[in-house]
Amino acid sequence: MTSADNLQAFKRDGRIVIVGASLAGLRAAEALRGEGFTGSLTMIGDELGEPYDRPPLSKQVLTGWVSAGDTTLPRRRDVNAEWLLGVPATGLDLATNIVRLADGREIPFDRVLISTGVRARPWFVESEAALDGVFVVRTREHAEGLQRALAAGPSRVLVIGAGFTGSEIASICRERDIPLTVAELAPAPLVGALGAMIGEVAADMQRAHGVDLRCGVKVTQLEGDAQGHFRRAHFDDGSTIDADVAVVALGGIRNTEWLRGSGLAAGVWGIACDTGCRALTLNGLITDDIFVAGDVARCPNPIYEYRLISLEHWANAVEQAEVAAHNMVSGQADRWPHLSIPLFWSIQFGVNIKSVGVPTFADEVAVTQGSVSDHRFVAAYGYRGRVTAAVSFNNAKWLDHYRNLIETAAPFPPPCPTPDQPADMKPVPVDFPGPTLLAQGATVVVTGHDPGERRVTAAQYHR
Amino acid sequence: MTTTETPDMLRRILDYSSRADPYPLYAELRRTPVARQEDGSYVVSTYRELTDLLHDPHLSSDVRNLSRPMPQGQGDATPAFINMDPPEHDRLRRMAMRHFGPPHTPGLVTGVEPALTSAVGSLIDDFAGKEQIDIVDDFAYPFPVSVICHLLGVPREDEPRFRVWVNDLINSIDYDPKTDPKEKLEKGVQARKDLRQYLGGLLEQRHDRPGDDLLSRMANDDGPDGRMADDDIVSTANLLLIAGHETTVNLITNGMLTLLRHPDVLQRLRDEPGLVVPLVEELLRYEPPVHIIPWRAAYSDITVADTVIPKGSQIMLMLASGSRDQNRFHDPDRFDPDRRDNQHLGFGSGIHLCFGGPLARREAQIALGELVRRLDRPRLVADPPPYRRSPVLRGPIHLHVEQAAG
Repeated sequence: MTSADNLQAFKRDGRIVIVGASLAGLRAAEALRGEGFTGSLTMIGDELGEPYDRPPLSKQVLTGWVSAGDTTLPRRRDVNAEWLLGVPATGLDLATNIVRLADGREIPFDRVLISTGVRARPWFVESEAALDGVFVVRTREHAEGLQRALAAGPSRVLVIGAGFTGSEIASICRERDIPLTVAELAPAPLVGALGAMIGEVAADMQRAHGVDLRCGVKVTQLEGDAQGHFRRAHFDDGSTIDADVAVVALGGIRNTEWLRGSGLAAGVWGIACDTGCRALTLNGLITDDIFVAGDVARCPNPIYEYRLISLEHWANAVEQAEVAAHNMVSGQADRWPHLSIPLFWSIQFGVNIKSVGVPTFADEVAVTQGSVSDHRFVAAYGYRGRVTAAVSFNNAKWLDHYRNLIETAAPFPPPCPTPDQPADMKPVPVDFPGPTLLAQGATVVVTGHDPGERRVTAAQYHR
Repeated sequence: MTTTETPDMLRRILDYSSRADPYPLYAELRRTPVARQEDGSYVVSTYRELTDLLHDPHLSSDVRNLSRPMPQGQGDATPAFINMDPPEHDRLRRMAMRHFGPPHTPGLVTGVEPALTSAVGSLIDDFAGKEQIDIVDDFAYPFPVSVICHLLGVPREDEPRFRVWVNDLINSIDYDPKTDPKEKLEKGVQARKDLRQYLGGLLEQRHDRPGDDLLSRMANDDGPDGRMADDDIVSTANLLLIAGHETTVNLITNGMLTLLRHPDVLQRLRDEPGLVVPLVEELLRYEPPVHIIPWRAAYSDITVADTVIPKGSQIMLMLASGSRDQNRFHDPDRFDPDRRDNQHLGFGSGIHLCFGGPLARREAQIALGELVRRLDRPRLVADPPPYRRSPVLRGPIHLHVEQAAG
């Protein structure tokens, strides 16, 4: 699409296919129609049923307050799309512009948006993962099943992994007065996302609410009874606990396997793209007609030294989808960059936790407002003397100010006192777990000699 | 350079002759987003700078952080949370909010809706046979007062007593030592005392007799923050009574005035009652009841739009100007109930965001919806109507409307 005429024709009669019919996919579809795209729109999703909202699945749905079926995403406008649901995509052919489906169908497109998201990382031993009473929480069905299991009044629940999802589930178990053990490999909950100091606060919160929190331990085995029901967990320190529900909350796996062989820069880390949400090829070239949005996208952020960052945040999915949709139907000069500052929230143990920026992009952290012991505070994160993120516990109304500080590269620690400043706001090292926890090994290898021949190919996939 | 001394502009805005239409003056004021005054205070008038400041933890609501003392003495009264900073502000607002809204009292506003509708209905019933109505005296004043009395648990028959106090108190807030007799200030101080004493007396009766009203609940509830001290309950009740009095009157009156000036919108509202929801949002932007936050204090040096506001300075926030900023709102001087992305400053923003906002919205929606439905071809008698003195809480003192007979 080089000329304005071509663009007009495409907006009128073009074919757009969206692979991944969840939050990002739906919002992109709505935005495309909002931008005046009247051509054919096809939505492909591996789940049956309408797109639904995921944040309530680890919160209100588990308390039984909202049924899993009531999480359908509201429609902002009629998207007038053809919905191909319950069938996963299995391949993408850039040469012929075709998406392949598991049932053998081939769907042609002029432009495609990939928003296939993330699925729950399952327990690593398949037979143990299949035990009755072992859950992950990512889909409506998962949440429904776990809600039923919690309502049945288990003698004890084991939550494996104390990231945000695991901590939210732990909070709900305690709210329902269910005895609970949380096992976390890191020294404290939320450490991977927010660092050691905030992790300590999260650990205090859990313990104060009666959680049997075990950190620095690894669950090695989930043991079932003769009826195939989960009964006991073994730890790497030799100890065991008896429980009848285990929730595996070990993060997600990006749904990129179906793109193997497509030539896109897709792998365990997501699909690399530019700030305009156009996908990169394995060789690092920008594509013209392949766009990416949501959890599966890995987008450079100029604020963070143009590093490629993938975020599993609700707001990111929405904003990226809107930028991608706009760019799909706009000429080069009218394209938007996706430059928003990441925003994330969680609610656990009665505390509203909210963050702006990228806390992992930091070397120091300092409590700038409030009181850590009251679990009401704001902590600012800094990297080499500038503010890069902030997190609030029950103090979210200040975060716009910190977003400002991030956007203006304000000095860290913030120099001026505020009325509610703790006596000691000395920055401390942020202390994230070492990269060994996250290392995935090689993902590509380079071959060829002449500039015209140098090419990247995907290395074998790692788990 | 964003800072210049434009004392004349502010003086013209505060002058009573500008009350009917301050908006062209605001537009001029916005050319200098942060304007230093001769007395060392700063006037902020643009949307971006106002929202930055309202979220800036260095902006203090506590008079003790002003390097120059406030012109009028607040007496020895315990301040309400509106004049406090965290953590005290947060604690008291949290304790009061337990009884006033979600998550602990999610049904409060929806629960009073039938009472709102019936109060509005009976006031309009009284219009019958009258050719001329004063929207203020006959409707916009008595309605929110009855609502806040009901919610707080203040006997409606005491209204004439505290109406005088509230009037004197509000007048003293606009006190100008250059033009006003000192008596006005003293009246305000006395009114403040009398009102506190009155509310304290009501509170006494409520102890250990839990009822449904806010005074009883605040007096008898032990939440996670403990029990509210009596002084704090009185300050909070005082704040809610005054805020419930003074602002909603203007919101409803400004709303009716705006509708009468836009007959096409009035007709649309008759035909599609659901329009009242975005319409009230647009009103909060276009003709807000609170125009100015007259003072905040710079707790530290604050940099706004490249201007350093020194620690201890008084800062005046021109909210109504920000909501008409052409750099934030498309065609800002047009009243457009279909406006999208309407993030107005009508209720302020940040931690002091109007506590009663959800109630005020419902009051205005029900009041305007019913007025428009039931008034028969209403006509404005005088445009502009006479205005109240205050440039801060701005609105007509009377709004005479004629309706077709019978």
